[in-house]
Amino acid sequence: MAEYSAFSVIRNALSGNRNWKPAWRKPDPKPSYDVIIVGGGGHGLSTAYYLAKEHGITNVAVLEKGYLGSGNVGRNTTAVRSNYLLPQNIRFYEHSMKLWENLSHDLNYNVMFSQRGVLNLAHTPGQLDEFARRGNAMRHLDADAELMDVAAIKRLMPIVDDSDNARFPIFGGMMQWRAGTARHDAVAWGYARGADRRGVDILENCEVKGFLRDGDKVVGVMTSRGEIRAKKVAVAVAGSTGHVMRLAGIERLPIESHVLQAFVSEALKPILNTVVTFGMGHFYVSQSDKGGLVFGGDIDGYNSYAQRGNLPIVEDVMSEMVALFPSLATVRLLRSWGGVCDMSMDGSPIITTGPLPGMYLNCGWCYGGFKATPASGWCFAYTIAKDQPHDLNAPFSLDRFHRGTVIDDKGQGATPRLH
Amino acid sequence: MLISCPHCGPRDVSEFTYQGDGNRVRPDHASTDIGAWNAYVYDRVNIAGEHNEIWQHSGGCRMHLSVTRNTLTHKISSSTPVQAARPTQKAARKSRTKA
Repeated sequence: MAEYSAFSVIRNALSGNRNWKPAWRKPDPKPSYDVIIVGGGGHGLSTAYYLAKEHGITNVAVLEKGYLGSGNVGRNTTAVRSNYLLPQNIRFYEHSMKLWENLSHDLNYNVMFSQRGVLNLAHTPGQLDEFARRGNAMRHLDADAELMDVAAIKRLMPIVDDSDNARFPIFGGMMQWRAGTARHDAVAWGYARGADRRGVDILENCEVKGFLRDGDKVVGVMTSRGEIRAKKVAVAVAGSTGHVMRLAGIERLPIESHVLQAFVSEALKPILNTVVTFGMGHFYVSQSDKGGLVFGGDIDGYNSYAQRGNLPIVEDVMSEMVALFPSLATVRLLRSWGGVCDMSMDGSPIITTGPLPGMYLNCGWCYGGFKATPASGWCFAYTIAKDQPHDLNAPFSLDRFHRGTVIDDKGQGATPRLH
Repeated sequence: MLISCPHCGPRDVSEFTYQGDGNRVRPDHASTDIGAWNAYVYDRVNIAGEHNEIWQHSGGCRMHLSVTRNTLTHKISSSTPVQAARPTQKAARKSRTKA
């Protein structure tokens, strides 16, 4: 039965809002579970949800070292899209898009998924050609894409500088109309509640300090709340992947942790009704329902686990915003923050069994993990339940780097800071 | 973040280019061990703590530096010219030249 409905809002209002149930319990750890998921971010929680919903595996614990939603799921810039070039990526992210489209109903929790479109701006004829190629690749695989000319872009977004005097004049753009944004905290809370209601234990303030081993096999974890054993241990810790996997004795992975900064401005009246990316640098912006402009740019570009960055990138991001929207030069910045991203060597994720027996690994999301949250959990749950990857995540193996089957959407090579 | 260049003194990070992980050791040119080459290209230690890395003072004297920086705090504990920090590789190159 739907717990949240117009009827329940009225009923609870009449009783003074004293009878709402907490969205998830705060249980004590049991001595053992069928599956332990290390990492209570978006991907860990969606994995737990789909394990319970799709595979009937409910004796599951999600271990979160801080409070739920304190990591990247609450730090990203909320864009959801599937505008990739390579078929492996398009299929996977398009599956994610389809899950997003029904997510609020599925969870009975409003994740505020807003298909307001993601527009990639082109600033040279060559770049527009590249977008046409990418758009065609997407349409071949049932994703949607449309090329827009400058006049249409100006109609959609009057504040953009479309003049020939712009620092980088706009030649056109590629729009994915079904893309958009979602409320990132609600995604974490919705999945947490959905998993909890199906019997999953969400253990907050429970940091993994080590792995329990029986020979090679991983049989549980040592945590700040004691030893917990499990038949299967799944790791979905994003930026902390290197650190956590080292606890299991895995010294090297095709991952570097880098810091990405994000920003939000003071609240403005509605001026931007889509997500826009700048093509002559790295800048993306959308406007939240509260009115703040939510935006970001490149990663800082050096290894970091610090969750905070440096000022050169701040200046870089601001200058790109003003190049695109000169009228925003006087807008004040409200907040900035940093998140640690697990940059993989080809810019694509890893969702796999192993690398040790009894272990499952989900990482390498670079700074694009939020849009993948539903499909990542869906595929990871399948991989854990069946002990083999689904067709959708089979290409995202850990050994692809040593087998020569990398999935390098941008063609940047093994240089994580460029992905 | 300030990086102390042995030649120019403390300079802002924006003058430097990150050249990546300094823990990687390139296999010998003659090596045909594909696993070792793949590991060199793709695998990283990705330390949460004291990290050895290479920076170039590209907006200054262009010297390549071997830097030890804490990835949890961004505090830099040493920066030296890369040649001085990698005697083994230099020696290896010399011995190859002689041979």
